[in-house]
Amino acid sequence: MSARVLVGVKRVIDYAVKIRVKPDRTGVVTDGVKHSMNPFCEIAVEEAVKLKEKKLVKEVVAVSCGPQQVQETIRTALAMGADRGIHVEVSGKDYETLGPLQVSKIFAALAKKEQADLIILGKQAIDDDCNQTGQMTAALLDWPQGTFASEVTLEADKLKVVREIDGGLETIKINLPAVVTADLRLNTPRYATLPNIMKAKKKKITNVKPADLGVDVSSRLEVLKVEKLKEAGRI
Amino acid sequence: MLLRKVTQSPAICSTVFRLQPAITGAQRQTGAVVAVQNGRFYASQAAEVRLVIAYQYNVFIITFSNIEAHNFSPQESKSFAVNMFKGQISTSQVFPFPSVLNEEQSQFLKELVGPCSKFFEEVNDPMKNDALEKVEELTMEGLKEMGAFGLQVPADLGGVGLTNTQYARLVEIVGMHDLGVGITLGAHQSIGFKGILLFGNPQQKEKYLPKLATGEHIAAFCLTEPASGSDAASIKTNAVRSPCGQYYTLNGSKIWISNGGIAEIFTVFAKTPMKDEKTGEMKDKITAFIVERSFGGVTHGPPEKKMGIKASNTAEVYFENVRVPAECVLGEVGGGFKVAMNILNNGRFGMAAALSGTMKGVISKAVDHAANRTQFGNKIHNYGAIQEKMARMAMLQYVTESMAYMVSGNMDSGATEFQIEAAISKIFASEAAWLVTDECIQIMGGMGFMKDAGVERVLRDLRIFRIFEGTNDILRLFVALNGFQNAGNQLKSLQKALKNPFGNAGMLASEITKRAKRKAGLGTGLTLQGTVHPELNHSGELTVKAIEQFGAVIEELLLKHGKRIIDEQFVLKRVADCAIDLYAMVVVLSRASRSLSQAHPSAQHEKMLCETWVTEAHERVMQDIKFLRSGTSKQIFKNLRAISAAVVENGGVVSPHPLGF
Repeated sequence: MSARVLVGVKRVIDYAVKIRVKPDRTGVVTDGVKHSMNPFCEIAVEEAVKLKEKKLVKEVVAVSCGPQQVQETIRTALAMGADRGIHVEVSGKDYETLGPLQVSKIFAALAKKEQADLIILGKQAIDDDCNQTGQMTAALLDWPQGTFASEVTLEADKLKVVREIDGGLETIKINLPAVVTADLRLNTPRYATLPNIMKAKKKKITNVKPADLGVDVSSRLEVLKVEKLKEAGRI
Repeated sequence: MLLRKVTQSPAICSTVFRLQPAITGAQRQTGAVVAVQNGRFYASQAAEVRLVIAYQYNVFIITFSNIEAHNFSPQESKSFAVNMFKGQISTSQVFPFPSVLNEEQSQFLKELVGPCSKFFEEVNDPMKNDALEKVEELTMEGLKEMGAFGLQVPADLGGVGLTNTQYARLVEIVGMHDLGVGITLGAHQSIGFKGILLFGNPQQKEKYLPKLATGEHIAAFCLTEPASGSDAASIKTNAVRSPCGQYYTLNGSKIWISNGGIAEIFTVFAKTPMKDEKTGEMKDKITAFIVERSFGGVTHGPPEKKMGIKASNTAEVYFENVRVPAECVLGEVGGGFKVAMNILNNGRFGMAAALSGTMKGVISKAVDHAANRTQFGNKIHNYGAIQEKMARMAMLQYVTESMAYMVSGNMDSGATEFQIEAAISKIFASEAAWLVTDECIQIMGGMGFMKDAGVERVLRDLRIFRIFEGTNDILRLFVALNGFQNAGNQLKSLQKALKNPFGNAGMLASEITKRAKRKAGLGTGLTLQGTVHPELNHSGELTVKAIEQFGAVIEELLLKHGKRIIDEQFVLKRVADCAIDLYAMVVVLSRASRSLSQAHPSAQHEKMLCETWVTEAHERVMQDIKFLRSGTSKQIFKNLRAISAAVVENGGVVSPHPLGF
C-alpha cells in the first residue's frame, strides 16, 4: 500500500503537573513547567505506527505546530516509529492564540501538499479540551471523518471505524482519504526505547511556515481572563 | 590496598637521630632565613631516606620511604583532593562547576529522561520485586527493550553510548524508584562488563559487548571470596596456564556475587603463577579473565536471602576446572589487581548519582507527610524539630548530587586522577542516603515504619551501600593514605631541593615561610576570592582556612609518625572525615557559585544551603584537627584500643552485670 498518514502531535503541559494560573490572569504558567505529548496524540501515533507495521500504510509523518520546543514532541513521535516530521513554525503571540481553526487549516493545506491518504489526530487536547480540530480538518478537506475511534480497521480503500458515543458503540464505514480522531481505548501507546530514540535522531524534521502553506494564523478569539475555580465542582 | 608495606631494616633504626619538635610561642618568627644544618642523607637498601632540616630554631626530622603504589601521582596533580592534603588549592577540576554536555548531548539526554522515568513510574513495581525477591519478568523484558542494559556501550556495538554524566542522570532515575533494579543493572554494566569496556581489546569488545548491551547476556563481577573481602589481594581462586599456552584452568569459588545466578559472562579475578622478571622466582599475581558460563564447569548456588535489594540476585559462583582460552585474559597477565581497582573506581560516581536520586524521592515523601499532617493544631512542618530534619536532608542531598556530577564531569573532561574524589563521593553518598531515609521514616512516624509507605524498603536497600564496592571504612583508609602518600611525595621533592639548597634557596625560603605563617595562624596567601561568587566570599574564606590547617596537620602527622602512619587507623579515620568535609565544602561552593552567576531562580536558596553546610563543616574540620593535635587524642586512642582488646579477650562485654548476676 502506498498510503501516507499524517499524525498531528500537540505539545501540552504534562498531565501530572499541578497547574498554576499566572498572577496577571492572562493564562497559566508554562515557563519551566514539564511538557509532554498530548496523551490522545500518543494514541494517534501508536495507531499510525501499528498500521505501518501491518504494512497497510507506507509512511507515517508526524506534524506539530508551535515554537522551537515542539521539536521535542516530534522527536518522541519519531522515536515511537514515525518516519519523518514536519515542524510548522508558529511562535510568540501567534502561538498563544493558535487554536483549532488555524491548526485545521494548516493540516488541510499539508494534507494536500503531502498527498496524505489518512489523517489521525487525538480526539482533543488536554489543555484546551476543544475537540474541534479533527472535525474542522475533515470539513475543510471535504473528507469523511471517524471521530472518537476505539477501533480502526483498513479494508481495501475503506475504513471501518468503531466510535465511542454517548449511547454506546457505533460502527461506520468511510471512504479514504479520511480523518480519524483517536479515543482512549483505541490502543496502548508503546514506550519509546532508548535505541529507538537514538535512531530517531537520524530521522528528518522539515521546517515550514504557515505563510508557505497559505494559512493565516490570526485568531478571531480574544482571551479575557483565566481564573482558578474557587471550589472544584461548584458553579 | 594500594600501598605495599616497606619493611623497616633494623640497621637503619639504630642510626635514627630524632629530636622532638619543640615549638613554643616565643619561637614563632616569620620570614626567617633558612639555615640548613646536618643535611645528611642515610640511604639504605630498603630505599628509606632520612633528612634533617633545620627549621628556624627547631629541628625536625622528616622520615619517609619510597612507598610503591599503583597510583603514583606526578608532581603536578590537578586533583583537588591530592592538593588539599598538601595544604594547596588546585581549582582546575572544581571551579567552575563542570558543564560537560554540549547542546546535542543535552538534548539527547532530555529525550531519554522522559521515557525512562515513565517506565519506572508505570511498569516497574518495586514492592512486587521486593516481595518476589526477583525483578518481574515483564519488567526485565521492558528494561532490555529500553536499552537499559547497555547504556555506556558504544552505539556501533549496540548500546546507547552515553557519557558518564548522561549515565549518571539516568541512573538517578533508577535510584529514585528501585535500588534492587539499580543493582541488577549496575552489577551488570557498572562493574560486570566495565572491564571489557576499559581494558578489552577490539576482538573482545566485538565478541561480547553486543549481546551484553541488549541484555541477552547478563554480566557479573567476581572478586570476593569467603576469606577475601576487603583484603582483595589475598584471593585464592587460581588459574593455571596450560603448557601449550592456549588456555588457563580456573578453580575456585566466589561469594556474594550480584547477578551470580543469572549471568552468562563473568569478569573473574584469579591468581596466576608468574615468573618475576628480576628475581626469577615464581610469584602469584592476580589476572582478570572473561569467563563464559558456556565454557563448562561454572555453577552457582541458590539466591542469598538478604536484608535489602532483595530483587537483585546474589549467589555463590563456583569454578571447577574451567577451561578459559588465553584470548579471554582481560588486560595484562598479572595486572588483574589494577583492572579490579580501576573498574571499581570507574563505577563509583554511579553510586553517588543513584543515591542522590533515592534521596530526592525520599525527601518528597517526607515533605508530603510534613505538609499535610496536623498535630497540636498545626501542620508539623511548622515545628522546629521537623524543620531541622528537612533542612539537613535537603543539604545532604544537595552535597551528594553536587559531588556526583562534579566527579562525572571531571571524568568526562578527561581527568585521570579522580580516585580520591570518587571514593569520597561513595562514602558520603551512602552515609547521607542512610541518614536521610532514616530521618524520613522519623518524620513520617508510625506510617514510615509500615511497608505500604514504601520507605522502609528503601532503608533496607540502602544498608548494603556502605558495605559493598569497598566498605566505607576501607575507603576512608584509602582516602587518608593516598593523601598522605601524595603529601609525602611533596616532602620528597623538598628533600631533592635540599640536595642543592643554594640553588633552590627561593623555593626553600618560601616553603619555610609558608609553614611559619601557618603556625602563626596567619593566612598563607591562599584565597578563593575571585574563584567563588562574591556573595560566597565568607564561605570561601572559611574553606581556605580549613584547608590550610588541614595541610598543616597532615604534615605534622607525617613528621610525627613517618611511615607508621599506615597503622594509625584512629588517626586515618579522622583525617578522612576532614577530607570528606573539605571536598564537600568546595563542591557546594562551586555549584552555588555557578547558580548565582547564572542567576538561577533557586540561587538564593542554594546560597543558603552552601553557607549553612560550609559553616558547620568548617567547625567539624577544625574540631577534628584540634583533637588530632591534642594530647587527649593519644589517650583516647589508647583507651579505645584497650577496651577493644578486653572485649575481644572476654568474647563479649567485660563488665559484670549491675545486678551482679
